Amino acid sequence: MHPVPSDKPFTVAGRTFQSRLLVGTGKYKDFDETRAAIEASGAEIVTVAVRRTNLGQNPGEPNLLDVISPERYTILPNTAGCYDAAEAVRTCRLARELLDGHNLVKLEVLADQKTLFPNVIETLKAAEVLIKDGFDVMVYTSDDPIIARELAQMGCAAVMPLAGLIGTGLGICNPYNLRIILEESTVPVLVDAGVGTASDATIAMELGCEAVLMNSAIAHAQHPVMMAQAMKYAIEAGRLAYLAGRMPKKLYASASSPLDGMIR
Amino acid sequence: MRIQLNGEPFELDDGASIADLIARLDLSGRRLAVELNLEIVPRSQHAATILSDGDRVEVVHAIGGG
Repeated sequence: MHPVPSDKPFTVAGRTFQSRLLVGTGKYKDFDETRAAIEASGAEIVTVAVRRTNLGQNPGEPNLLDVISPERYTILPNTAGCYDAAEAVRTCRLARELLDGHNLVKLEVLADQKTLFPNVIETLKAAEVLIKDGFDVMVYTSDDPIIARELAQMGCAAVMPLAGLIGTGLGICNPYNLRIILEESTVPVLVDAGVGTASDATIAMELGCEAVLMNSAIAHAQHPVMMAQAMKYAIEAGRLAYLAGRMPKKLYASASSPLDGMIR
Repeated sequence: MRIQLNGEPFELDDGASIADLIARLDLSGRRLAVELNLEIVPRSQHAATILSDGDRVEVVHAIGGG
């Protein structure tokens, strides 16, 4: 038996993780489903949004962080819904206070409600301020290799290009751009957004991504908990296939069974 | 006094602190963060931070998101 080469854990901003699947907490039916899906996914990093507390309405209702506790999971607060750098920076500072000084954030600055495409100009501005302010920034961006390079050089902890638009489930729309980003990456590259089903996650990992972040693909599946489990295996399969190194593609057939000893 | 709380007008006794406001909202002990006039107020300073008429206060928490 040949020894199976072992994998390194996923490392981002000096923190290490066994799971290479990061999951969101949005779009679930209720907190029970959220909890069950996240458990089934095996994810250790979980994204949340920061919003105004509903005042005077059910003060006793459970809080997301009671369900997905910061003691058990690494909480990754996002800046979803922010359309300029100032709003995003403000949200990150509130998140850091909310999480008792935890400084790992997912920066996303959006450009347009229809596409939720990142506004990379505002993203660059926000990243600069946040890095100076001591944040570890995992940054959602377009699949533009030049912007990805700029964000990495600036000091972002991870660069997270979209594979498709947020919530579309269209899969890995431009694997060639991702390949260029991956080839020259100096920080971990994660696919964030676009994954629709397990094979998409596997393709992202086969391309060499360090990890994948997803939300809708699990939460909007017919059976979210089952899909969460599928994603866990898909990520592991893709990672192993990447490390194993696929065979080259060939145009013509090559027999797998030897021709010697054929009954003639 | 009247403050702006999460974008809405809110009446509060003069001399109230942020801790008083949070207690009044039945949110004591909850995981939340407070911003006063665009500056974060650390949890350790909630009791010592006295609000003034016209202050803009934001109280936020975590919700589901991707």
